[in-house]
Amino acid sequence: MKLARRTTATVIGLVLLAAIPLASAFFGQPFYVDLFTRIMIFAIAALSLDLILGYGGMVSFGHATYLGIGAYSVGILSFYGINDGFVQFGLAIGASALVAFLIGAISLRTSGVYFIMITLAFSQMIYFLSVSVNTYGGDDGLNIRMHSGFAKLIDLDDPVTLYFLVLAILTLFLLIGYRIVESRFGMVIRGAKSNARRMAAIGFPIFRYQLTAFVISGAMCGVAGALLANLTLFVSPSIMHWTRSGEIMVMVILGGMGSLLGPVLGAVAYLVLEHGLSSVTAHWQAVLGPILLFVVLFAKRGIIGLAAGARMETGHG
Amino acid sequence: MGEPLLAVAGLTKRFGGLLATDQVSLSIPEGELHAIIGPNGAGKTTVIAQLAGEIRPDSGAIRFSGEDIVSLPAFVRSARGLARSFQITSVFREFTALENIALAVQAHAGHSFRFWRPARIDRALLGPASEILERVNLAARAGDPAAILSHGEKRALEIAMALATGPRLLLLDEPMAGMGPEDSAQMVRLLAKLKRDLTIVLIEHDMDAVFALADCVTVLVYGRVIATGKPDAIRANHDVRQAYLGADEVG
Amino acid sequence: MHPLLVLEQALNGLQIGVMLFLMAAGLTLVFGIMNLINLAHGSLYMIGAYLCAWVFQTTGSFVLAVGAALFGALIVGVAIEVAVFRALYGRDHLDQLLATFGLILFFNEMVRILWGPTALYAAVPGFLAGQVEILPGAPYPAYRLAIIAVGLLVAFFLYYLVSHTRVGMLIRAGASNRAMVAALGINIRLLYTLVFALGASLAALSGLMAGPIFTVESGMGDGVLILAFVVIVIGGIGSIRGALVASILVGVVDTLGRAFLRPLLATVLSTATAANAGPALASMLIYILMATVLFFRPQGLFPPRGR
Repeated sequence: MKLARRTTATVIGLVLLAAIPLASAFFGQPFYVDLFTRIMIFAIAALSLDLILGYGGMVSFGHATYLGIGAYSVGILSFYGINDGFVQFGLAIGASALVAFLIGAISLRTSGVYFIMITLAFSQMIYFLSVSVNTYGGDDGLNIRMHSGFAKLIDLDDPVTLYFLVLAILTLFLLIGYRIVESRFGMVIRGAKSNARRMAAIGFPIFRYQLTAFVISGAMCGVAGALLANLTLFVSPSIMHWTRSGEIMVMVILGGMGSLLGPVLGAVAYLVLEHGLSSVTAHWQAVLGPILLFVVLFAKRGIIGLAAGARMETGHG
Repeated sequence: MGEPLLAVAGLTKRFGGLLATDQVSLSIPEGELHAIIGPNGAGKTTVIAQLAGEIRPDSGAIRFSGEDIVSLPAFVRSARGLARSFQITSVFREFTALENIALAVQAHAGHSFRFWRPARIDRALLGPASEILERVNLAARAGDPAAILSHGEKRALEIAMALATGPRLLLLDEPMAGMGPEDSAQMVRLLAKLKRDLTIVLIEHDMDAVFALADCVTVLVYGRVIATGKPDAIRANHDVRQAYLGADEVG
Repeated sequence: MHPLLVLEQALNGLQIGVMLFLMAAGLTLVFGIMNLINLAHGSLYMIGAYLCAWVFQTTGSFVLAVGAALFGALIVGVAIEVAVFRALYGRDHLDQLLATFGLILFFNEMVRILWGPTALYAAVPGFLAGQVEILPGAPYPAYRLAIIAVGLLVAFFLYYLVSHTRVGMLIRAGASNRAMVAALGINIRLLYTLVFALGASLAALSGLMAGPIFTVESGMGDGVLILAFVVIVIGGIGSIRGALVASILVGVVDTLGRAFLRPLLATVLSTATAANAGPALASMLIYILMATVLFFRPQGLFPPRGR
C-alpha cells in the first residue's frame, strides 16, 4: 500500500474511532463504547502479531498468552492491593517481554511446523499453569476490584476515558509499528521472511533480530492485556486459550497481513461480525467457520488486499 | 606470495551412503580466478556450500586468510570477507533491485538495531547500493521489484548482492546458468572487470567463459579432484577429456 | 507409594498413550505425506465420540455404535478432504492452519446444534463393564485394558501396513516424492484420500473409546489435538514408530506426574505449597518434556530418513 494512501486511510480510521463515543452518547447507546474499546484492544493485539507474522513470517500460534500475562499482571497486583497503573502496566510489559524472550529463545531455533507447534505448546503450558494455580482463581478467574490508577491523571472508572486511552495507545503503537517495519531493523525481519538463507549468506545473524521482534511483539500484546483487564475488571485463563490465539491470527489475515493497518481493520471486522452474527443466532460460529474458510481459500490478502485490488481494477493503480 | 587466501585440505562430506565430497584440496592465492569444472552431479555446489558455511564437512580443513573457518557459521564467514552467489537465483523477490543491494550493504554497516529511520531513504545504504548496481549494469532497474527482472538481470543481481558485502573472495556458483549468448558475453565482461580487484572461485559449465577467465582450473568428478592446473594444461589433460570435455579421437 | 498404585497409574498412562497414538498416527501420516497441518483432526475424534455415544444410547447395540462412529467419521473425513484439503495441499502452513481452524469452529458448533450444549452420556458396553485381576489383589477396569489391547493391535497393523504392503510402500514413496509417484501413474489423489480416510478412522476410534472415560462435549477434541501435535513433534513428524514411542511416553509421564508429583513434592515442601505446585508442575510436565527433546534433537526422536 502506497505511503500516502496508507496515511490517509489510517487518519480516517482513527478519526472515525475517535468519533464513536460522541455518536454513542448522541444515540444513547453506551454499549458501543465498550464494544469498540474491546475491538481496539484486540486491534493492538492483532497489530503486534502482524509485526512478527505478517512482516517476519514467524507463525506464532500462542500470541494470546501475552494478552493473558498482561491481564494477569493487573489482576494479580490488584489482588495484593497494588493498584498503581504505572506499576501494573510496567509489570505487564516486563513480564510479557520476559516470557516472549524465553519462549522465543527456544522456539526460534526451530522453523516451519515445529515452530508453530512449539509456540502453541508453550502457550498451552502457560494456560494450564494459570488454570491450576488456585490462589488467583484458577479456572473461575479473578475479579479485579478497581481500575488501574494513574496518580489521578487519568480516571479509568469513566468508560470514555478508558476508550480514549486505548485509542491513544493504538495510535501510538501503529505509528511505532510503521516506523519499525521501514527501519533497518524492519528490513532485516522482512528479509528473513523473504529469504532466510540469503540473509545468512550476506552476513546477517538473523536469530537475534527475530528474537528482538518477538519480544517487542509480546510486550505490545501485554499492554493490550493490561487494557483488557481494565475493561472487563475480570481476568481468567480463557483469555489465553489457544482458540483465542487462533482468533487473533484470523483478525490479522482477515484484515490483510503485513500491513499493520490491515489487522486493525481485521479486528474491527471480526468482532463486529461476531457481534452481529451472535445477535442473529446463538450458533454464529457455524457461520463464522465457513466464512473464515472462504477468506483463506479465496481472499487471502484480506480486506487491504481487496481494497488494493479494487483500486487497480478501476485504473487507479 | 605467502599463504594462499583460501586453503582447503582433505574436504570430505558424506550424505548417507553417498560420498559427495572426496578429499578435496584447493589452494587459491589472492587475486586468482579459480574455476571448478566437472560433470553434473560432481559435487561442485556441495563444495561451495561447505566453503560458504551452509554445510558442515565431515572432515577436512578450510583456512581463509590464515584463519580456520570450518566451524564458523555462514554469516560470520560473510563478515570475514567471503561472499557467495547461488546457482538458483536466491534474491528478495518482493524488494526492488536497489533494496536488495541496500540490504546486503546494510549487513556490513554495523548492527541493525535501528528502529526509527526509514531504510529506504538511508543515503548511507543507497549510495553504495547504487554504485554496485552501476557496476553490474542494473542501474536502470533499480526501482523494479526483483521478481520482474529478466533471467539475465536476476543473475546479475545475484552477483551484485555478493559484491555488496565488500568481500575479498567471491564464490560464484554458475553465474551464467540459463543465460543466452548475449547475456553470457556480458557476464564474462563483468567477471573480467571484477577479476582485477577480487579473488574469485567460479563454478561454470560454459567452457568458453572458463578458459577465457580462469587463471587456474580444478576438475571435479564424483566429488574427487582429478586434475588441477593452468587452463591449457587442463584442456590437454587426457583424464579430463575422458571424463568431461569429450575425448578427442584422432584417427 | 504402593507399588500396585504405581502399576495402576502406569497402566492408565499406557491407556492414555495408546489413545494418543491413534490420534498422532493419523496426524503424522497426513502431515508427513501430504505436508498438511490439520487442526480439524480433533473434530473427527469428537465426531467419533458423539456418534458412538448417541447410537449406543438409541439402539443399545455397541457394534452398531462403533460401526456408525467409524463410518460417519469416514464420510465426514473424505468430504472435507475432497472439498477443502485438495485446495490446501501445497499452500502455506499458515493457510492450512487458519482454514482448518475455521473447520473446528464449524464442527464444534454443529455438534451443539445437533446434540445440544450439554455433554452426552457415553456408556461402557456391558461386556466390558467389569474388572480384571491383572495381578492377585490388583483389579483393573476391563474397559481400559480393552483400550490398551485395541491400541497395540492397531499399532501392529499400521506397522505391517506401512512396511510390508504395497499400499504402505506407496504411502512412503508419496511422502518423499509426490510428483514422481504421480508421474509413475499412481493416482496420487486417491492415495491421499485413502491416507486421510485412514487417519480419520483412527481419530474416530480414539474418540469413541474415549467417550466413556472423558466427557463427550463440544470442543473435546481440541485439547487432545494439541497433545497429539506435541506427540508427533517429540516423535518426529512422519514417523509412526516415533508417534508410538512418544505417545506412550507422553501418556505415562503425564499420568504419573498428575498422580504422584504432589505427594512427592509434599515430602520436601509444605503440603500447601505442594497442593498448588504439584498440579501446576504436572500440567506443564509434558511441555517441558517436549522443549527438552527439541532442544537436543530438533527434528524429534525418530525423524524419518531423508529429513
